[in-house]
Order: sequence, then C-alpha cells, then structure tokens
Amino acid sequence: MIPELGHFALILALAVAVVQATLPLVGASRGDVRLMMLGRTAALTQAFLVVLAFGALTQCYVTSDFSVANVVANSHSAKPLIYKISGVWGNHEGSMLLWALILSLFGAAVAIFGDNLPDSLRSRVLSVQAAIGIGFLAFLLFTSNPFERLSPVPLDGNGLNPLLQDPGLAFHPPILYLGYVGLSVTFSFAIAALLEGRVDPAWARWVRPWTLAAWCFLTLGIALGSWWAYYILGWGGFWFWDPVENASLMPWLAATALLHSAIVVEKRDALKSWTVLLAILAFSLSLLGTFLVRSGVLTSVHAFAQDPARGLFILCFLLGVTGGGLALYAWRAPTLQPGGLFQPISREGALILNNLLLCTLAATVLLGTLYPLFLDLVTGNKVSVGPPFFNATFVPICAPLFAALAVGPFLGWKRAEIGPALLRLRIAFAVSIVAAIVAAVAIDGRATLAALAFGFGVWLIMASLSEFVGRVRRGRLSTMPRAAIGMTISHAALGVVVLGCVGTGAWNTELIRTVKAGERISFLGYELTLDKVEALRGANYIADRATLSVTVGGKPYTTLTPERRMFITPRRQVAETSIHTNLLRDLYATLGEGDATQGWVIRLYLNPLAPWIWLGAAMCAFGGFVSLSDRRLRIGAPRRTRPMAQPAE
Amino acid sequence: MLLLLALFTWPAFAVEPREMLTDPALEARAREIGRTLRCVVCQNQAIDDSSAEVAHDMRRAVRERLVAGDSDAAVYEFMVARYGDYVLLKPPFKAGTLLLWLGGPLVLLIAGAALLVAARRRRAVPIPATEPLSAEEQRRLDALLGR
Repeated sequence: MIPELGHFALILALAVAVVQATLPLVGASRGDVRLMMLGRTAALTQAFLVVLAFGALTQCYVTSDFSVANVVANSHSAKPLIYKISGVWGNHEGSMLLWALILSLFGAAVAIFGDNLPDSLRSRVLSVQAAIGIGFLAFLLFTSNPFERLSPVPLDGNGLNPLLQDPGLAFHPPILYLGYVGLSVTFSFAIAALLEGRVDPAWARWVRPWTLAAWCFLTLGIALGSWWAYYILGWGGFWFWDPVENASLMPWLAATALLHSAIVVEKRDALKSWTVLLAILAFSLSLLGTFLVRSGVLTSVHAFAQDPARGLFILCFLLGVTGGGLALYAWRAPTLQPGGLFQPISREGALILNNLLLCTLAATVLLGTLYPLFLDLVTGNKVSVGPPFFNATFVPICAPLFAALAVGPFLGWKRAEIGPALLRLRIAFAVSIVAAIVAAVAIDGRATLAALAFGFGVWLIMASLSEFVGRVRRGRLSTMPRAAIGMTISHAALGVVVLGCVGTGAWNTELIRTVKAGERISFLGYELTLDKVEALRGANYIADRATLSVTVGGKPYTTLTPERRMFITPRRQVAETSIHTNLLRDLYATLGEGDATQGWVIRLYLNPLAPWIWLGAAMCAFGGFVSLSDRRLRIGAPRRTRPMAQPAE
Repeated sequence: MLLLLALFTWPAFAVEPREMLTDPALEARAREIGRTLRCVVCQNQAIDDSSAEVAHDMRRAVRERLVAGDSDAAVYEFMVARYGDYVLLKPPFKAGTLLLWLGGPLVLLIAGAALLVAARRRRAVPIPATEPLSAEEQRRLDALLGR
C-alpha cells in the first residue's frame, strides 16, 4: 500500500502545483490578496506531498519491497543500508523524484523565508516555481513512474551499480541537485521581476542568498564528483571533460557570472537587464544538463531517438522554459530602466570583464559538449571532442580571468585608476613570478605552461591576501562585512584549486609494474614491498586485497591496501584504490590483474598537491557560506518607501 | 552525474605492463599519443584510460608504429587512416570543425566589441546631473545623519 500512497501523493502534488502556478499569478495581477496568499499555502502543501512520495519510495527501498519494479531494478537485499537509501536516487526515476523533491522544498523555503518580499513578487515567484514543478511531476507520472508494481514478485533485486556503492557518490547527487535546482529560485525571481516590470537593488538583495546557496552546493557537488572519479577510477585523473561533467560545469560557470553581476545590480543599480538574462540562462543550463544526462542523447543521438518519450519530454520542457523565459525577456527587458553610470575602469567594469570571460568559458564548454551531437545529426560525421580540445580552448581564457580577478577587488566603484591598484599588487606579482620561475627551474627544468599556471595559482592566493591585509591595515577588520571575507576566502581558494590541478595534472609520476609477493619496488624514495594478496568477502562482493608496506629510509612509513572487488549482483569488477595523503601529495596505489604465480599488476602514482583540488573547492564553497551569513542578507532589504510600480498587465 | 557510470562499463585497468615498451623514451611518446586518441568503442575515453579490448589493440598498434621508427605525426596519420578523424580527441581544424574551434573566441570578440562600443557611446553622453532631493527626502536624510 505504501507505494500507492506515494503514487497518490505525487498525483495530488501535481494538482496542487497546477493551482499554485495559476491562481497566485492571477491574484498578483489583480491585486487580490487572498489569491496571492494561496501561493504560500500551496507551496507548503506541495512540498509536504512530494516529501511523502519520496518517503514512500525510500521506505520501499529500505524494506526491499520487490513488488516495486524500480526497487527490483536497482536494489538487492544484501546491500548495506546506506546504499539501499542512496539507491533511491541512484536511478532514473528516483533521481527525477529527488529533483522534484528539492524543487518543491525550495518553493516551500521561499514561502517560509519570503516574509520580507512584497506579496505580488512572492506570489509570482511561487507560481513560476510551481510551473517548473508541473513539468517535473508530469514527467515523473507520465514517463517515469517510480512506484510501478511488478507481478509476479521476484525473490531478489538486480542490485545497484557497484560504482555507486561508495560513500562519496552516495551523497553526490543530492548535493549537486541542491545546486542545480537552487538556480530555479533565481530563475523564478527573474521571471517574476520581468512580470512585475522592475528590477532594483532590493530585488538583487532578495535573489542573492538563493543564488549564493545554489552556487555553494553546485561547487561542493562538482568537487565531490571529481573526488569520487579520482579515487575510484584507479589512475589518478580528476577531471575528464566528459559531457556529464561539462553538464554540471556549465551552470556553475553561469552561476558564478550571475553571482558577480548581481552585485552590480545590488550596489549600483546597473547591469539589470543582463543579470536577469543570466539568471534565465543559468537555470536553462541546469535543465540542459539534466536533459543531456537523463535523455541518453550522450550515448548516441540514435539511442535517444529509439526511446524518445522521456528525452522528448525533457527536450520540449527545456525548450519551453528557456524559450518562454527568453521570449518574456525580449518582450519585457526593454522596459527595465538602465541605472547607475560608470567608467570602463571601475569595479563595475571589472565585474563586466568577469562576466564576459566566464560566459566565454561557458560557451566554449557548451560548444565542445554539443558540437559532436549536432555534427552527427546534421552531416552524419563523427568527431570526438576530448580533454586536449578543452586544454587548448578553455585554459587560455582562464589566464586573463585570473589576471583580472586579482585586480578587480582593488578598484573602486564608478571610476577608478588602474595604476594604484597595480602598485598595491606589486608584492603579490613579485612572489608569483618567483614561484613560476622556481617551478620552471626546479621541477620542469625549462619554461613550461605548467610553471606559468603554477605562478597564476600563487598570484590568486597572494592577491587575495594582499587585498585582505590592506583592509586590516586600514583598521577595517572589525567592520568588514562577511561578504568581503567570503570573497577573499573564495578567491584565494580558486588559487589553491589551480595549484592542485597543476601539481596533479602536470607533475605526477606513474609506475606500472607486475609484482610477486615479497617483491620490492623503489618509487621516488619510497620502498614498497608487496607483503601478500589475500581473498576476502564483503557484504555483497568478493575481493582480492594487496598489502603493500611502505618504508622511507628503512623506517616503516605506512601500509597501502588496494583492493579489486568483484560484485555479485550485478557482476562487475571495481578497483578500490588505496591513498596515503600528507595534504601535500598523494601516494596512490591500485591493484590490477594477476595471480600468485604470474604476479600482480600494481599501479603507483605520486600526485603532488592533489588534495588541494578538493580542499580548495571546499574552501571555495565555505567562502560562499561565509558570505551567505552576511548581516545584510539576514536583516533583509530595506522597505520601499515609494509606492509600488503598477503591476504588469 | 549517474550516467558517468555508463561511461566506465569496463573496469578501469588501462595500460598493462606486458604491452609497455622497454625503451622509456619511446614508451613516454606512446603514452603522450595514447592520451589524445579515443578508444573507438568507449564513450569519451582515451585509449590509455580504457581497458576495452579495442583500446588494447590500438595501444599496441601505436607502439608497433613507434618501434618501426614512425614520427608522432606519422602515427596519428596511420590511426586516422584506420579509424577516421573520430579517433582524435582533439578534432582537426578544418571546414567541419570551424565553428567548434572559433566559436569561443568569436563570442569573446563580438561581446567584447559590443561592450567597447557601448562604453564609447556612454562616454559621449554627458552624465546628467542627479535630481536634487525632495524636501521629504532631505528631511529623512537629516534625521538619519542626526542633524
């Protein structure tokens, strides 16, 4: 009965969403407070119903209810409890339900925390939010029902993909979705503002916490996915420019641009029209990501055409949301009054440059991701776009971005001088030049791009510190807004990530060797001995585990225990890497094919600065959270003293 | 994200010791090339990162050509002749990929030019004098400043 309750709750949620998407909108345009207030109740009800549905599916998974087709396809009774729970979103239907859940929770959050919003704006935001919700709930109910029953009931399930049975990946989807879906709130605010016909600093301040929260989660989600790839794929790579990764990187780039342009709206009442457009685009890229991943179009254009119902639905939905948003924008944006004026050399100018470069980066990734699909569709020619392409096109645009990122915070609003800003950066500049030269001489032995990139990483950190120290010197630490502290942390963190990427990507060392038990390997000053390889049994897998004792200078240092796991249902082999980190470098070992007589294939990697990639990303998100705690976001925007503008017809 | 998994349907054991060349310089070149060639049955995986049978054969073909004394360019030519442009993870610069290669820079150029034009036009328009405060606003300002 539980699955039917869940199914029923989902249908009710759709009905509520239809009400929420229409009546408050009518209320807002007529000035009818009762209809507007309906939005809040409906948002809470809808969230409650979707939570109920999600809870029902979770219950089916936890109790291994194999009368539900979705549970049979993706679960197994022998799975540990945590993976039974993460199995809920480890499949198509469940992950779409998670999307709908987070969407409705964000709607409820707007309803609860939106007290300081004008009634008409809040009702419009909630209506747009519900309109998106209709799309996802209908998608679930009509093409991807997670509650479908099965008869006869099988004895056990097919099990979850073993690669998913990992703590890192168990929580990757919810966090990433918090980011993806969080951008829906920004989108709703943008559409509501277009309907209202006004965008002002107060609007920017209301939108900021939502954008910032979404951005933080997106950052964390991407980092978690990259970390997972690093330790599970067994050869030390951390970013593959895979379409699925690109699908999450594009909204991140757009959200980063949005975060910065919204500051200009808030502080200077300028860039309004552009910011609204960016909000629409950022969420569209989120939906595009969902479409790319969920429709199967990535596997092949033809696979998509063979099972078109789901893909077509998301495609139409994507076109509707993006096209509708852009059409409304084209119609209403010209009515937005342009605000504050400024000179090209100014904080505003720097933030525009930031937006220009970030959007170019997003466009580059978009082209690289979609081009093979379009070419195949149009001409039938097949072309591959992989890491070497992105290294040649994406990375060069990062250089001016990083160079300008350091200077921007030193520029004043409206008009500024570039000279004094550069003068205050002289120490940072000198240190990064030295760092680049040292890297070139000591590590590469010649001038390399890696050394240059290393210099850029140091530049970002030093410049952020200079700016911070400058503020402290002028005695402004106690009054420094949290947003400024958050900026310093996030900007410096980007430098840390760059250093980690350079270290791991350019300066790693690899050793692949067939080793017999008792044999010794020398690896960059580490002495490794393969003590033994033993067979063991896990809850739902069998494994070979190698024990490698590591000594440095004759003294015991650590023990590495890479495993090779064979999962029973479904049958699949997974490498369990063993990593020893001292936060400056990772010593990374995997166990490959082999047996006692032939010896075992052991892969060793030394990845300098590898942990910095994820520490930096976490720090970057932390900076976002610090900024989120800024006082001005907690107390809300000042109340408008002028009468409200006439609502849009 | 979950579809990431579909991409790695093969257990990720890539280059095997038995296929590696004894000459470290040649092997290093083989690895350099292997990173930029696509395993033709996998999804966006380089042959060096894939443990598909085909990737194994392709790695061996690369090494055979290198041992035979081919230059890197000749190895690429050989692989493209066999598998087409599809095998190159960095697509060649030609008519069909013009938009792919130039799209990003084009966005930058066009948007940059538009911004410059807008900035110049803005400079031509004198910044209008701000409206003076109304009596009500002046009163509130005074109150705020404690005057």
